[in-house]
Amino acid sequence: MGRRATPEVNAGSMADIAFLLLIFFLVTTTIEKDKGIARQLPPPIEEELDVVIKQKNLFIVNVNKNDQLLVEDELMELKDLRQAAIDFLDNGGAPAGSPEYCNYCKGKRSPESSDNPQKAVIAVQNDRLTSYEMYISVQNELVAAYNTLRNRESQRLFGWDFTEMKKGIDEGQITGERQELIEEQLKQVQDLIPLKLSEAEPRKSGK
Amino acid sequence: MSKFKKKKSGDLPAISTASLPDIVFMLLFFFMVVTVLRDSNLLVMQRLPKGDQVEKLQKDRSVFIFAGKPGPGYEKYGKEAKIQIGDKYMDVGNIKFALEEYRRKLRPELQDKIMIALKVDGETNTGLVSDIKQELREQNLLKLIYITTPGNALESY
Repeated sequence: MGRRATPEVNAGSMADIAFLLLIFFLVTTTIEKDKGIARQLPPPIEEELDVVIKQKNLFIVNVNKNDQLLVEDELMELKDLRQAAIDFLDNGGAPAGSPEYCNYCKGKRSPESSDNPQKAVIAVQNDRLTSYEMYISVQNELVAAYNTLRNRESQRLFGWDFTEMKKGIDEGQITGERQELIEEQLKQVQDLIPLKLSEAEPRKSGK
Repeated sequence: MSKFKKKKSGDLPAISTASLPDIVFMLLFFFMVVTVLRDSNLLVMQRLPKGDQVEKLQKDRSVFIFAGKPGPGYEKYGKEAKIQIGDKYMDVGNIKFALEEYRRKLRPELQDKIMIALKVDGETNTGLVSDIKQELREQNLLKLIYITTPGNALESY
């Protein structure tokens, strides 16, 4: 008696199995689309620091419990906030010749408003009853103001948009030496327009 | 000259593969059911606010904190906004323990770069969010990201 020939396993259903696996992965992999506004919190304070900021370098945004905006003591619509913030940051009020003079600012150069973008601070104050939606909208508009100015500066210096390049690096499309160069340049722009957004402890509602 | 040869009696019959699709289908259904269940286990409402000045979330280094009113099916927990981490409701005071637990689950080289992803319903009060942020500051977890849905914030006003 010789060796028996092994019968071949029917491979006709292989295609079906592959299809099933394909469908399985199609169904289960959710494309990650979570996006959001990134923010760095200030570290916990050990001692109270008394930092004096000149009134003109401070841009106060107040949101009350009815989601109304009070910007620099004036009632404002949300849609005007972005431009108001840009005007404030870009003002460049320090007189020409002084060390604080801002040579790239294109604002009105009013002595009543901020000296230069490094000095300018935007302070947001919320009520505890402000809705989160409004809070995010305000943050979004303020970040938009910073991004607009940063894009303008990076266009002027390097010929590309700040936000586009940052996205490219975050998503890993720019790598190697180019990444280092771009990161260096991004930092330069960030130094020109630093994001100085302060958040006060929300007030207890007057209710 | 016979057309039909007699089968050799020693040959094994071919293995029937007819039940293979059924088995694979069973596995497929099993996995589908299991994965869907875990994904939808949100205990709170999640109607996220809109934003367009956004960055991408780096999922490998983030821990989610959900907050909002108890979601559909969980109305018995009241109407006050609640915090959810993992599968459970949390008090503000317990956040730090839960976060520490989740931080340990991250890859070691990413544990220092941990990012807290806040998924908060739009109708929540800012007070709750700032309580969370205060707690995060005390734990020195300073990087956070407010998850939004794409869209323009101005449209809703």
